[in-house]
Amino acid sequence: MISIDIEKKLKAYKGVQVLRVKKEFATGGIARITGPSGVGKTTLLKMIAGLITPDAGRIVVDDITWFDSAQNISLSPQQRMPGFVFQDYALFPNMTVQQHLEYATKDTAWINRLLNIGKLETFTTHKPEHLSGGQQQRLAILRALAIKPKLLLMDEPFSALDVKMKGELISDLQSLIKELKATALTVSHNPQELDGVSGDELEVG
Amino acid sequence: MDLTPIWLTLKLAGITTLVLLAFGLPLAWWLSKKRSFIKIIIEAIITMPLVLPPSVLGFYLLLAFSPRHGIGKWLHDVFNLQFVFSFEGLVLASVIYSMPFMISPVKSAFQQLPASLSQASYTLGKSEWQTFRQVLLPNIKPSLLTAIVLTFAHTLGEFGVVLMIGGNIPGVTRVASIAVYDSVEQMDYTSANNYSLVLFAITFILVIGVFIYNKYQVKSPLE
Repeated sequence: MISIDIEKKLKAYKGVQVLRVKKEFATGGIARITGPSGVGKTTLLKMIAGLITPDAGRIVVDDITWFDSAQNISLSPQQRMPGFVFQDYALFPNMTVQQHLEYATKDTAWINRLLNIGKLETFTTHKPEHLSGGQQQRLAILRALAIKPKLLLMDEPFSALDVKMKGELISDLQSLIKELKATALTVSHNPQELDGVSGDELEVG
Repeated sequence: MDLTPIWLTLKLAGITTLVLLAFGLPLAWWLSKKRSFIKIIIEAIITMPLVLPPSVLGFYLLLAFSPRHGIGKWLHDVFNLQFVFSFEGLVLASVIYSMPFMISPVKSAFQQLPASLSQASYTLGKSEWQTFRQVLLPNIKPSLLTAIVLTFAHTLGEFGVVLMIGGNIPGVTRVASIAVYDSVEQMDYTSANNYSLVLFAITFILVIGVFIYNKYQVKSPLE
C-alpha cells in the first residue's frame, strides 16, 4: 500500500496555488495520474521520490514512512530509490546505453534482459545524442528498471513512442512489474493512455 | 638568454592551476547549487581580483604576510613559512589572483546542466560525490578545459601582484613578465624582446588551442 497525504505550495503564473493530494494506491500494478498541464503532476512524483520536499503531510510506502512532516522524517532519494523516468529523460550525455545501465546495476543478466525488452541491444555503444527520441525514452525507462525498484515513478514515459512500440513496451512493463512485485505510478496528460491497463486512478487539479 | 625566468613562470602557472583545480572545482560546484547570502559574498570576494588593481591586492598580501606581525609572523614562527619575497608567496598570490578564471566558467557550466541529471543519479542510489565524479564532471569537460587554460595563461601574464609580493629575486621570484620590465629598465632591449616573444608565443598557442578544441569538439546536446 502506498499512502500519500501531502500538500505543497506551488508558484503559479497568477500567484500561488496549493497542490493537495490524498490518495492510497494498492501495491502491484500500474496506476495512472492524470490532470491538466501545470497542475503539479511532476511535482507530485518528485515529492514521492524525495527530490522535492512537501510543505506538510505523510508518505508511507509498504509500511515504511518515507516522509512525515509531523515527525520530521524525510528519507533521501538514495534511501527511497524509486525507479524514476524523467519527462526530459535525464540521460547522461557522457555515457553509452550500456554504461547507463551499468551505472545503475552490476547484474549483467538483468541488463541484457532489459536491453532486449527495450530493443536496444544493437545500440549499446551509442551515447544519447546518437539515439532517436523513442530510443532515448526507452533507455530512460530501462535505467529506472535497472535498480529493480519497488516503486516506479514515470513522468510521461510513452510520449515519444509510436503506437506499436508503446503497446509492446506496456505489455512487457506489465509483466516486469508483476515479476518485481512493484507498483508503477504513471503521469500522463493523455486520458486514454493506459486504458485497460491501469488499476488505481488519480486525477490531480 | 637566461631561461630561468621562463621556467619559473611555467612552474608558477602549473602549480597555481593544480592548486586551483584541487579546491576550485568543489568550490565551484558548491557555489552552483542553491543561492544564499553567504554564497553571494564569497562569490564577490572571488570575483574581486578581476577588477581590483593588482597592486592593491599585492599590497594587502604584503601587509598580511609580513613576517613582522600578524598572520605572517605566526606562519614564520610556527611553520617557518615566509610568503613575502618567496616562491610560495607567488603561488599564494597567483591562486587568489587567478581564482575567478577557474571558478566562474566551471560554476556556470555546472549551473547549465539540467537539475534532472543529478536527480536521476540520486534516485539510482548514488551519493552526491559519485554523482559529481561520474555524471556532472564528465559533462562539463569543454568548460573545464577552458578554465584550466585560462587560469594557466592568466598566471603567465601576472605582473603587479607578483612584483609587490615577490619582488625581483633571480631564480626565486623573477618570473618572465618581471624579467621583461627589468630588461627594459636596463636598456637591454634584446632580452626584453626574447622574453616577450616567448610569453606571446605560449599565450597565443594556448588560446588558439582552446578555440580549436571547442570548435571541433562534438557539441554536447546540453549546449
